[in-house]
Amino acid sequence: MCDSASPNKFAQKLDDYIDSLTYKKENLIGILHYAQEIYGYLPDNVQWHIAQKLDIPSATVYGVVSFYSFFTMVPRGEHVVNICTGTACFVRGAEKLKDELENQLKIKAGETTPDNLFTLETLRCVGACGLAPVMIVDGKVHGRMHEAQAINEVLAKYRPES
Amino acid sequence: MDIQLTINDIPLTVPEGTSILDAARTVNIDIPTLCHLKLNEMHYNNNIASCRVCVVEVEGRRNLASSCSTPVASGMVVKTDSLRAIQARRAMVELLLSDHPKSCLTCAKNMDCDLRALAAELGVRAISYEGAESEFEIDQSSSSIVRDPNKCIRCRRCETMCNEVQTVGVYSAVGRGFETVVKTAFNLPLNQTACTFCGQCLAVCPTGALTELDQVDKVWKALNDPNQFVVVQTAPAVRVALGEEFDLEPGTIVTGKMVAALRRLGFDRVFDTDFAADLTIMEEATELVHRIKHGGRLPLLTSCCPAWVKFFEHQFPDLLDIPSTCKSPHEMLGVLTKSYYAKTLGIDPKTITVVSVMPCVAKKYEAARPELAQGAETADVDIVITTRELARMIREASIHFDHLKDQEFDHPLGESTGAAVIFGATGGVLEAALRTAYEVLTGETLEKVEFEALRGMDGIKEAVIPIAGRDYRIAVIHGLGNARTVLEKIQAGESNYDVIEIMACPGGCIGGGGQPYHHGNMEILKARASAIYREDRAKPLRKSHENLAIIGLYKDFLGEPYGKKAHQLLHTSYTARKKI
Repeated sequence: MCDSASPNKFAQKLDDYIDSLTYKKENLIGILHYAQEIYGYLPDNVQWHIAQKLDIPSATVYGVVSFYSFFTMVPRGEHVVNICTGTACFVRGAEKLKDELENQLKIKAGETTPDNLFTLETLRCVGACGLAPVMIVDGKVHGRMHEAQAINEVLAKYRPES
Repeated sequence: MDIQLTINDIPLTVPEGTSILDAARTVNIDIPTLCHLKLNEMHYNNNIASCRVCVVEVEGRRNLASSCSTPVASGMVVKTDSLRAIQARRAMVELLLSDHPKSCLTCAKNMDCDLRALAAELGVRAISYEGAESEFEIDQSSSSIVRDPNKCIRCRRCETMCNEVQTVGVYSAVGRGFETVVKTAFNLPLNQTACTFCGQCLAVCPTGALTELDQVDKVWKALNDPNQFVVVQTAPAVRVALGEEFDLEPGTIVTGKMVAALRRLGFDRVFDTDFAADLTIMEEATELVHRIKHGGRLPLLTSCCPAWVKFFEHQFPDLLDIPSTCKSPHEMLGVLTKSYYAKTLGIDPKTITVVSVMPCVAKKYEAARPELAQGAETADVDIVITTRELARMIREASIHFDHLKDQEFDHPLGESTGAAVIFGATGGVLEAALRTAYEVLTGETLEKVEFEALRGMDGIKEAVIPIAGRDYRIAVIHGLGNARTVLEKIQAGESNYDVIEIMACPGGCIGGGGQPYHHGNMEILKARASAIYREDRAKPLRKSHENLAIIGLYKDFLGEPYGKKAHQLLHTSYTARKKI
């Protein structure tokens, strides 16, 4: 397989979780959620391991992982920055926010910075329309992100102190 | 309960649960389909209604209904030929074509493409939609199958075949939206997956997305090389299917014409894989007797089918000791051509090219297996082409196939019995083995050589045959999903068979992935099977051990069946592989 991430570190934890389930094959999505929680992403060998454990084709697992945007097959940065592109945020400048974040982080949405600190992604409405446009860092919502300076200040909070 | 409805003003009554599509067929209305494919004999049903080509108008319903997946209802009024339905169907095909390469003229599927045929049938004269076209990498990693996902129309027929009938599970729909396409796990090249190369995916693929690796030019090169002595052999199932490529009725036996065509193409010798099928019987029967006598592991599983071999290597690596160690017949014939026959002629085996014409795409992969060779430079078989590829060569050479006069195979590796020809249909190997085993074990003549219980399209057939005071429990299996069912029983210690024949393809080799496309018509497979049994009945000799050339081969060259020399040349070993 095409990558070398070691699944061994958390393998026992994942196996215990799978073993605890009454319905295993039926719970593929739940198992993938759990695996992504412990590994941070779903490398090929983790998917393969789950396929063997559930006795289903690895192509089936891969098909499911590739379908849902929640699942990622590439490692994510320490901090995940999400831009809301729901209708309200879109109307109030989500595109501009995205451009500015791409500019400041020097990556495109969907990518991770070379120092592995930030991953930039987009998602749909988070229900904070009153604060539009919003960005979400590690689950914390930051609203009214119109100015480059404000965006920079938010990011700075997540950078290690030098 | 029966349901009454009308289709195009024709009143009809059909059983509850019937689809509109099937109901329409009962009154001779053939609604066009593309993704839909149902093959009852194989328990194959691809009914995902993804292509929307079969849409019809149902009175009182706002949108059009896909007739393949919509069951009839009482009082339903269906129009299959309304302007709206006809235009919608055409639009569906145009949408499919908008993201389809326009390379039909040079496509390997060309005249066999269901999408092309449908576009013609529906009168598509222009493609009204423009937009992005897919750009996927073409997978040519294997020696058997080429995948061109750009030609994939997401009908998922291959996926249903691979996952549900064969239970190999190599394919899945991957991604979402426009990017969705049928791929392997982790987008691995096919040669790094558990693919068995049975080729049933390409037998049902409606377009050129899945095709065999074309080896025709390699054969032409060998034939035009003055330093090469080019030997060809043909599998039993080829002679009952090749005629279809030249518009002869399915089930027409064209053995003599095929031999004549091969000579015209310029092959130096035309041998018959059937010779090696007779030889396989001698070796495999002796192996079985040896296992029984010495308390070896039972059941013995046949090993003629390379897709089945690869299947158990990936899926049942703990059972590698139960299949017979016999090489497959065409590999046996290859190695004998390069040893026994080369010695007879006094020529260097390195100057011999062995070409196999097979109903199979897995044989291409098999020929490239490194252990099926005598040293690095001398593969037992050099090139494998399918029945379809041979037909193409015959057309390329402008030979009028149906006007050819019948000719005979060359001596001695072209001699065969009726027992060998039935290898081409499911159950044939065991029937052939029983004809020999009975006479060898009892010393009596077997009067009734036909074992009807082993014939036919049932997925798993079982019989108990008493020979010389011992009951032989045997099973005949075709289709890898059926094989899995039985192997899981063996694994669990729940089976007490003595010998099992397994073929990967439904119907056996007559239904192989390299045969002329059946386009879903299973009657073609039945016609081929009955032709195989007709060919058997017409043979003067019908038991492998009566083949004089085989007797001569053991006497002059091999020594004893299952002996030292036979082991060295005719037997092989298996490798545990990863399930992916």
